[in-house]
Amino acid sequence: MAKSIKIRAKEKKGVVTVKCLISHPMETGLRKNKKTGKLIPAHFIQDVVAKHNDKEVLTAQWSGGVSKNPYLAFKFSGGSKGDTITIAWTDNKGQSDSKSAKIK
Amino acid sequence: MNTDMKRRVFLKGSLAAGTVGVAVSAGLLAPQAVLAAWPEKAFQAKNAQDALSGAFGSGQTEASDKIKIKAPDIAENGAVVPVTVKTDIPGVESIAILASANNSPLVALFNLSRNTKADVSTRIKMGKTGDVVAVVKAGGKLYANRKGVKVTVGGCGG
Repeated sequence: MAKSIKIRAKEKKGVVTVKCLISHPMETGLRKNKKTGKLIPAHFIQDVVAKHNDKEVLTAQWSGGVSKNPYLAFKFSGGSKGDTITIAWTDNKGQSDSKSAKIK
Repeated sequence: MNTDMKRRVFLKGSLAAGTVGVAVSAGLLAPQAVLAAWPEKAFQAKNAQDALSGAFGSGQTEASDKIKIKAPDIAENGAVVPVTVKTDIPGVESIAILASANNSPLVALFNLSRNTKADVSTRIKMGKTGDVVAVVKAGGKLYANRKGVKVTVGGCGG
């Protein structure tokens, strides 16, 4: 599971831009399987936590309305090159993943 | 260091294999913020007003053009609509993104720390043509702005 997150973090003039891609189906629970006509059960990320050196910089709560393989970008100040960014998510089935990357 | 790292990866992998392990590692990896209740009511609300009351405790918003929403005028694929919300209102605590025409309008809620800039981007699904609404909470007040996005399904322009 540890491969579900891709992170790019760059520092420029004291502002760190973090971009991340998570691979996840993000099923709303409203879509039907075309062959069987049955609803595909909901499966989406509910919580995302982004940390800069163990300090939370952003938390997000999502619904199934966020696109498949979600993309998230945000900026914060006070980070410097070499610091660690950690992003963790948890979905409605209790699955989770996290990954760390260094600010470049 | 290197073998240690590998061992950690291995440990993590084997933990994640069992369902109990998933719960445990979820607990380990995700402290308070994740354990904070996911506002189910807000996300299941059928209209924007209820969604906002569920998320912020109030549906009262003040229109503000200080909130900049970057989204396409015409989205060719409603399943992937890139949205950026940016504002220079000081002291932003949280940002909510809503797609007003969706079945359950509240799409995403972001809580920012003090150092985090009010500038978040993500991609959302839109069932049909409607407004993307960004609600910003700053200093205990709610500000909102909206932008119309036309969704053309399987469209050749529109």
